[in-house]
Amino acid sequence: MSSLDSAKYPVEFEVNGEKQTIRVRAADILLYTLRDNLGLTGSKSGCDNGDCGACTILVEGFPIKSCLMLTVEVDGKQMTTIEGLRNSPVQNAFVKNQAFQCGYCTPGFIVNCEGLRNKLPHADKETIRVWLESNICRCTSYEEIRNAVKDVFSLEK
Amino acid sequence: MIPFDFEYYKPTSVQLAVKWFHFLQKKGKNPLYFAGGTEIITWARQNSIHPGAVVDLKSIPECNAMEMRNDKLIIGACVTLSALSAANSFPLLSETAQGIADQTARNQITLGGNICGNIYYRESVLPLLLANSRIVIAGMNGIREASIRDIFLRHLRLGNGEFLVKTITDRSYLSLPFVHYKKRQIGNVGYPLVTVAAFKKDSQIHTAYSGVCSFPFRSAQIDRELNDSSIPLSDRIVQAIDYLPAPLLNNAEGSAPYRKFVLKQTMADAVHTLESR
Repeated sequence: MSSLDSAKYPVEFEVNGEKQTIRVRAADILLYTLRDNLGLTGSKSGCDNGDCGACTILVEGFPIKSCLMLTVEVDGKQMTTIEGLRNSPVQNAFVKNQAFQCGYCTPGFIVNCEGLRNKLPHADKETIRVWLESNICRCTSYEEIRNAVKDVFSLEK
Repeated sequence: MIPFDFEYYKPTSVQLAVKWFHFLQKKGKNPLYFAGGTEIITWARQNSIHPGAVVDLKSIPECNAMEMRNDKLIIGACVTLSALSAANSFPLLSETAQGIADQTARNQITLGGNICGNIYYRESVLPLLLANSRIVIAGMNGIREASIRDIFLRHLRLGNGEFLVKTITDRSYLSLPFVHYKKRQIGNVGYPLVTVAAFKKDSQIHTAYSGVCSFPFRSAQIDRELNDSSIPLSDRIVQAIDYLPAPLLNNAEGSAPYRKFVLKQTMADAVHTLESR
């Protein structure tokens, strides 16, 4: 069986281009492994329930809510967190458009937008709307966020 | 965090999954099959379930299939809702799946997980009920195939240690004229007050429902009443609602009387639209 009876499981993955090998409980949640074991605290804990999107990271290029994924599930996979998107076009567009207030939700929005850019580089307004519905901004900076994303996709504001 | 430990197994074949599940069960581990995991993680975090082991099905090739073979659309139980929507091989299923949770969550939620879950709504089963899809189930006695209409009765009736491997849908159902309405209390993301999926086949309208009762369903009596063109549509709907299989759901999404009001309107929209096609 590809499993161990002991409490800890070895997991290998790549995060932001760096290979990592760690040992975790099967019940460990990916968000907290990133934050507590690897010090990648850019992904935020919001609802812990898959509703708010503050914990969004990319797994194999797809946006995933890391509060709803076990760490053992990412064995052998590639991940990108907000720390891996420094000076990216999406981050720059958010800065240019001041698409944040408190900033707590911002990493989730930027990562989600990066995932959309990778998967659907010619996304239309409707697709952008659908994807952005995965994230909540309690400060309601939605208009500025929309403008930043439109910049990324070179759409008219 | 999840406040207890469990073991994790990732079999690469249907046979291994079944074998390990039964082995773990014999050891008293209270195992669960695991796919997208969103519901299991949520319940475990809330300390509402306590599996001693999970058997992750995502590495089993049959569970990840999505292909047309011999005029049948095959979709594996571990195909995510976003993947099957993007492929759009079965437009009614794609549209129904697009209404579940949000885009990022749909990158994790699987077809099998949605059908076999414990939440009330499980809307992805609606198109499969309408299309008389067949499902492939694995268990200790091997592989069996069944009509989803025979086996999904309020929930998927799986035997001990069985799991859903894939669904099979005849091509003739994939391109029928259809409607899909998901009515929520507010916004575009969230659980439904009422979801109606319907299509028209051989001049007859077929409907299936979620959010109305505490389980998704399809009813031959309701369809018979809705298709009785000898009486006005409003009367048909009143008679159809008499055949609801259980009391109307009454919860935070909406009261039973409000759901009934929304259901009537949505039935009228569905029938009116499909009658004109």
